Amino acid sequence: MKSLDQLAKIKESMQEVLKVRQGEPSANWKAHIMVCGGQGCISSNCRDVVDAIKESIAKNGLEEKTKIVLTGCMGPCDMGPVMIIYPDGTFYRRVKPKDAAAIIEEHVMKGNPVTRLLYRAPGAKEPTQRVHDIDLFKKQKKIVLRNTIYIDPLSIEDYISRDGYAALGKAVTQMKPEEVVAEVKKSGLRGRGGAGFPTGMKWQFTAAAEGSPKYVACNGDEGDPGAFMDRSVLEGDPHSVIEGMAICGYAIGAEQGYVYVRAEYPLAIERLEAAINRAREFGLLGKNIFSSGFNFDIEIRIGAGAFVCGEETALLTSIEGKRGEPRPRPPFPAQSGVWGKPTVLNNVETWANVAPIILNGADWFASIGTEKSKGTKVFALAGRINNTGIVEVPMGTTLREIVFEIGGGIPRKKEFKAVQTGGPSGGCIPAEHLDTPVDYDSLGALGAIMGSGGMIVMDDTTCMVDIAKFFLDFVVDESCGKCSPCRIGTKRMYEIIDRITKGEGREGDIELLQELAVTIKNTALCGLGQTAPNPVLSTIRYFRNEYEEHIKEHKCAAKICELKE
Amino acid sequence: MVACECKCEEPGKDELSKQLELIIDEYRGKSSGLIQVLTKAQELIGYLPKWALISIAKGLGVSLQEVYGVVTFYAFFSLIPRGRHKISVCAGTACYVKGTNMVIKTIREALGIKPGQTTPDSRYTLEIVRCIGACGLAPAMIIDGKDVHGRLEAEQIPEILEQYA
Ligand SMILES: Cc1cc2nc3c(=O)[nH]c(=O)nc-3n(C[C@H](O)[C@H](O)[C@H](O)COP(=O)(O)O)c2cc1C
Ligand code: FES
Repeated sequence: MKSLDQLAKIKESMQEVLKVRQGEPSANWKAHIMVCGGQGCISSNCRDVVDAIKESIAKNGLEEKTKIVLTGCMGPCDMGPVMIIYPDGTFYRRVKPKDAAAIIEEHVMKGNPVTRLLYRAPGAKEPTQRVHDIDLFKKQKKIVLRNTIYIDPLSIEDYISRDGYAALGKAVTQMKPEEVVAEVKKSGLRGRGGAGFPTGMKWQFTAAAEGSPKYVACNGDEGDPGAFMDRSVLEGDPHSVIEGMAICGYAIGAEQGYVYVRAEYPLAIERLEAAINRAREFGLLGKNIFSSGFNFDIEIRIGAGAFVCGEETALLTSIEGKRGEPRPRPPFPAQSGVWGKPTVLNNVETWANVAPIILNGADWFASIGTEKSKGTKVFALAGRINNTGIVEVPMGTTLREIVFEIGGGIPRKKEFKAVQTGGPSGGCIPAEHLDTPVDYDSLGALGAIMGSGGMIVMDDTTCMVDIAKFFLDFVVDESCGKCSPCRIGTKRMYEIIDRITKGEGREGDIELLQELAVTIKNTALCGLGQTAPNPVLSTIRYFRNEYEEHIKEHKCAAKICELKE
Repeated sequence: MVACECKCEEPGKDELSKQLELIIDEYRGKSSGLIQVLTKAQELIGYLPKWALISIAKGLGVSLQEVYGVVTFYAFFSLIPRGRHKISVCAGTACYVKGTNMVIKTIREALGIKPGQTTPDSRYTLEIVRCIGACGLAPAMIIDGKDVHGRLEAEQIPEILEQYA
């Protein structure tokens, strides 16, 4: 890419496509059929649906007038396979290959929507046709996932049509590196990987650090078991991550980036690889980007199944091809990262926020969210909730809105019991705190954490002692073994909880767990150990009665634990 | 992790060994490529036999001990041969809340193996993984690292397994 003009020309050539997908009727296109190609819908066989639709398109001679696109994850995984038809924006769910003929011959050709495939809100008599009128979508605000329902993730032209790479062009041709850092700082963006560290500060430290070359790295390890936001970004809009990283490269003076993706995500790796290659072909990665003299390229590194590798120092060691064991900080990666050089490491979702901030300005971003947590957050809703899937909401949205209004509440008229955030480092939040606005500080105050965005909803079929045991089992399994508080301490905690769930709990076990928890939190080497006791502490805090019931009465109300009489 | 004790020669080892050298070529002398090479080698051979680890150590210029250290650190690598089909049952939080235990129990009953084991006819290996990113379809499992089966119910599981010969 030589200039902003050249980029603008590509965008111009895509105007017609863009318009259709924004809902404007077009003389050239009858319909763009956007079929969700996220993991959920692929597992629900959306590819067969695509084949059937293609067949019907051919049969009716509509090849020139319709376009069928496999997008990234649209969000409502439980309703899959889902699709949106533009320009009218009709949303169809649970589509089967046999529905293809009706979709083409009734809807596309005659303009009559196929009523049986429309979404019906719980309790509503009439279905809702347009995607933008459905509560689940309407209540969301999309910055990170700004493109996922509109583009083919494999098409760089689609990305460019929605202002893709315009922020990179603006940064390298019109801004000084310091100005880019200042803009990100001013936006108030905080890391989405869990800890919430201010992103602009991290960039500033790295830019100022001694040592060269410098590196940019992306944390796509997504270790929280029960979370799949980063996957949906990498699969649905890989260019948004590439662009964010390139902007940072310019801002801190780095020419090489690494994306670390877990091996369990083959589709994310494939799409990202394709996107990187395409960006190189377009000169958006490589040498002399936008004729500015700025060079930048990205390599993919694959994680091989170790939770601790999500921790920053472990991840950076793993990039070097070694055992991913964490090391004490300081020095922080900003001073000593990959190959001992200054490195910015940010989470996938953090990266996807960067381009919109540069393009629309820090003030725009800072106007969204709460005082100390700006912008939006993507959550993966799972467990005992109706609308499982991916949602993006402004910071400060309450848990109740997320679980009940967007998430559609608890299936089978069951009672909400708790929502777990932050995975093995987080905690369980009970019903009495459902009106808490979601931001870094208020979740922390409840003994949970924002975490990377996994939200697992539990009802009365879940035993909280068993859940605490589940997370301890996970941590014992994943502890790298380097420091003894984590290696031995979590194992002792596990043994105590295991005893309790078998009906062999003793008086004083709860206190013993708390004591161990505090010691481990204070003495473990890395974040894994320091946060490992959180699920136990938070369940004791809010569900102490369940522990006592197990210990004293040998009873498990949820009937999960098999206790000895 | 246990190493294969048998002295049997791998069938087609010469051919595999040649292909392995091609994989190594891309990273020759570069220790940073270790995880990439191991991943590709396992893809090629199905597991990581000792001879392959020796070639990789030589090719990348790292000690065999270091290679072994990396292989045993990451759950993804296996030192023993596995079945033709790898059944990975998700034990992430979402799946656990929705019935991982049921899935494992059903598979154990159908195949007579515990997680970590391979059926005597080498058809299936059963393992537990932590979240495959299909939490929206919990409980889920993934077969051969690519086919995700979600919203599992006990009755359908034997039928799904049957599809993998
Ligand atoms: C045990 C452990 C696991 C972690 N796993 C992840 C992860 O899977 N993804 C992630 O982005 N950050 C993870 N983190 C946080 C990273 O260490 C780091 O803070 C983050 O990647 C920085 O990016 P951010 O500032 O954009 O959030 C983990 C931390 C710990 C202690
Ligand atoms: S928890 Fe099973 S797929 Fe995520």
